[in-house]
Amino acid sequence: MATTLPKTNVVIIGCGAAGGVAALPLAQAGIEVIGLEAGSWVTTPDMAPDELRLSRGAWPPGVQKVNREIPTVRPNPSSPVTRGNDHPMMNAVGGTSVHYWGQSWRLNPWDFKVASETRRRYGASRIPMGSTVEDWPFGLEELGPYYEKVEYEVGISGKAGNIKGTLDPRGNIFEGSRQREYPMPPLRSTGYTEKMAAAARALQWHPFPGPAAITSRPYEGRSACVYHGYCSGAGCHVNAKSSTAVSTIPKAQKTRRFKIVTEAHVTAIVAGNDGRVSGVNYLKDGTEYFQPADAVLLATYTYENVRTLLLSKSAAYPNGLSNNHGQVGRHYFSHNQGGAVSALFPFNLNNWYGTPSQGVAVDNWADDNFDHAGLDFIGGGMMWVYSERRPIGAVNALQGWLQGRPNWGSAWKAFVKENADRTNTAYLQKSTLPYEDNYLDLDPEVKDPLGYPVIRITAEYKENERKIAAFIQDKMEQWYREAGAVGIQRAAIGGAMGVSTHAYGGTRMGDNAETNVLNRWGFSHEAPNLGVLGASVMGTSGSRNPTLTVQALAWRTAEYLAKNWKTVAG
Amino acid sequence: MSDSISRRELLKAAGIAGAAAIVRAEAFPPAIEPAQAPETLTSSEYETVQAIFSRIVPSDENGPGAIEAQAARYIDRAMGGALASIRPAYSAGIAAVDAYARASMGASFARLSATDQDAVLTDMQENRATGFMPDSESFFNLVRAHAIQGTFSDPFYGGNAGFTGWDLIGYPGVRTAVSANQQRMDVKVTPNHRSAYDFGMFSKGEL
Repeated sequence: MATTLPKTNVVIIGCGAAGGVAALPLAQAGIEVIGLEAGSWVTTPDMAPDELRLSRGAWPPGVQKVNREIPTVRPNPSSPVTRGNDHPMMNAVGGTSVHYWGQSWRLNPWDFKVASETRRRYGASRIPMGSTVEDWPFGLEELGPYYEKVEYEVGISGKAGNIKGTLDPRGNIFEGSRQREYPMPPLRSTGYTEKMAAAARALQWHPFPGPAAITSRPYEGRSACVYHGYCSGAGCHVNAKSSTAVSTIPKAQKTRRFKIVTEAHVTAIVAGNDGRVSGVNYLKDGTEYFQPADAVLLATYTYENVRTLLLSKSAAYPNGLSNNHGQVGRHYFSHNQGGAVSALFPFNLNNWYGTPSQGVAVDNWADDNFDHAGLDFIGGGMMWVYSERRPIGAVNALQGWLQGRPNWGSAWKAFVKENADRTNTAYLQKSTLPYEDNYLDLDPEVKDPLGYPVIRITAEYKENERKIAAFIQDKMEQWYREAGAVGIQRAAIGGAMGVSTHAYGGTRMGDNAETNVLNRWGFSHEAPNLGVLGASVMGTSGSRNPTLTVQALAWRTAEYLAKNWKTVAG
Repeated sequence: MSDSISRRELLKAAGIAGAAAIVRAEAFPPAIEPAQAPETLTSSEYETVQAIFSRIVPSDENGPGAIEAQAARYIDRAMGGALASIRPAYSAGIAAVDAYARASMGASFARLSATDQDAVLTDMQENRATGFMPDSESFFNLVRAHAIQGTFSDPFYGGNAGFTGWDLIGYPGVRTAVSANQQRMDVKVTPNHRSAYDFGMFSKGEL
């Protein structure tokens, strides 16, 4: 029997990129908030710039619940499932914002209106067969103030490309209008990123430094970035990475109305016969607790958001919480990050240091930033090159350049010595659409150590997404060649849509309760005091990293709850 | 589709002039004595591992290799620490290398000439060598990864001794702060020869 704890106003499940933001507007509004976090605190002594430690599963420290619930994957229902050995996300206060790259984009205006804009510009027949894409229930102009709020509260460095309609080519001229500059200037350029920017300009493209949740100068008591090269998949020893653990969470704690329970393993959200949620069951140190609350915000990662809902069955929700319309797990998709393009240069790049957010972007071939009239796909990709390289990674990156020659011995060693600092792989994020037959559900066989099913991903990249990938590979090769690359390699364009760091959908937001789990404010169409945070609410991806959008949406949902407390939670 | 570069271009880019780059293995016999008594592996196992590593990252005219980096010391310590769970399988794999070396070349691996050692390793990599669980290619890939880790990881783990691995590839070292000048393409950053744990601010992980 669970121990029932004193009631609180709001329980947030997960204190990561989304939950760690939502706590702040709630606590500032005088609402008592308890955050249940599966991981624990990770601090400077844990942030050793040690490549081996970061790569062999010993990091991050603390309980990694995600690794016990790794989803299974199959491209379609007639294929067997496969399962990886580790999960790309991490558990900690701050969640994966502790170790992410920190690229912090606003979506472009088109991303909110993919369905209607495609019909208007190219005709309804251009929406790919089987896609369930809908317009968002609102446009960029609705989310703009929340983007701005989060950029300042979290701490984003960047260069605006469109302030109140005035374009600035030093930033992204394709972004939607914004009201003000970023709170910090962009991260500095390097010799290599300047060379790539010059090559893009020579092609008549518009290169610019991307926005980053990393301090380019001291900000709110935190140091500026030190560019030491151990940023990807690692935490920052000077707190320059603007994880929620060093930004919004400490601010929320200062109100004394936000309490975090670490190593709390949530097993279910409890709902009454009236359809409202009453609180959350969790395990800590072997004891089961019930934490009653007026409202619950589910803020884990996409897979766990869906799993938690599907596992939370009750009389009111026999098929899982908020799933009486059968929409939980539907409209799943992830960024097509495969199909990478790599280059070999005939000179050293001096890419040994930096951070993946210290780079240069080209947005000319993303979203609907170019005319698709003569093309056979919609959407596009954003191209990104950056500076960060580590010794073992540098050696291993040369494997693909051996062209069948031995990968050991003296000839190999000579090749490694010559080329360790001469390769580069671009990060290409391609927009992806939701489809009828790409979805998440519970695996019928594979279970976590507690006996609960893990998520099963049934999804593959469709023709539209594969065409985007091939198109962007051409553009990326053109860019590398212009910069002097002597060799180009292209990775295969993906089939199965595996476990992703950019997983979207499953609890989509929209006005139609028949096709969406959540309403336009991020609250359930069925359980009115249940909100969901994270990219699982998003119906389109755009061609750029999701986190800033997730955080803007989290702030908006939390603010809505605070401002409409009696209606939603009363 | 893929516009891969030709072999000639690649060799040119690598500064390799065809056959002249193939180093005569016999010219650089590996030192087979461990620097000190092994901590986890048996002396025989250590000797075999060190001999394998010395062929994967040889000491040659391009500078020190796995021997000088003491890459075997890395795996010896890891087998008593972070990799302890695979120690039994590792011992079995090493024994299989020696058994195959004896069967095919007439002596344990470390006693073979460099040419014969390379022949054994090639058989393993091409999955022709018998007596391995699950197969010789898997074990080859494992020891190759360990040779690279031992040569290029932080010296804290026992390998990359004297920063020979990092110097080989031009990695200028662990820093807790990097200047704008140190990220210019025309600048060659002076190696600082420091381990992450020389800075005193980080907790040490398992060896």
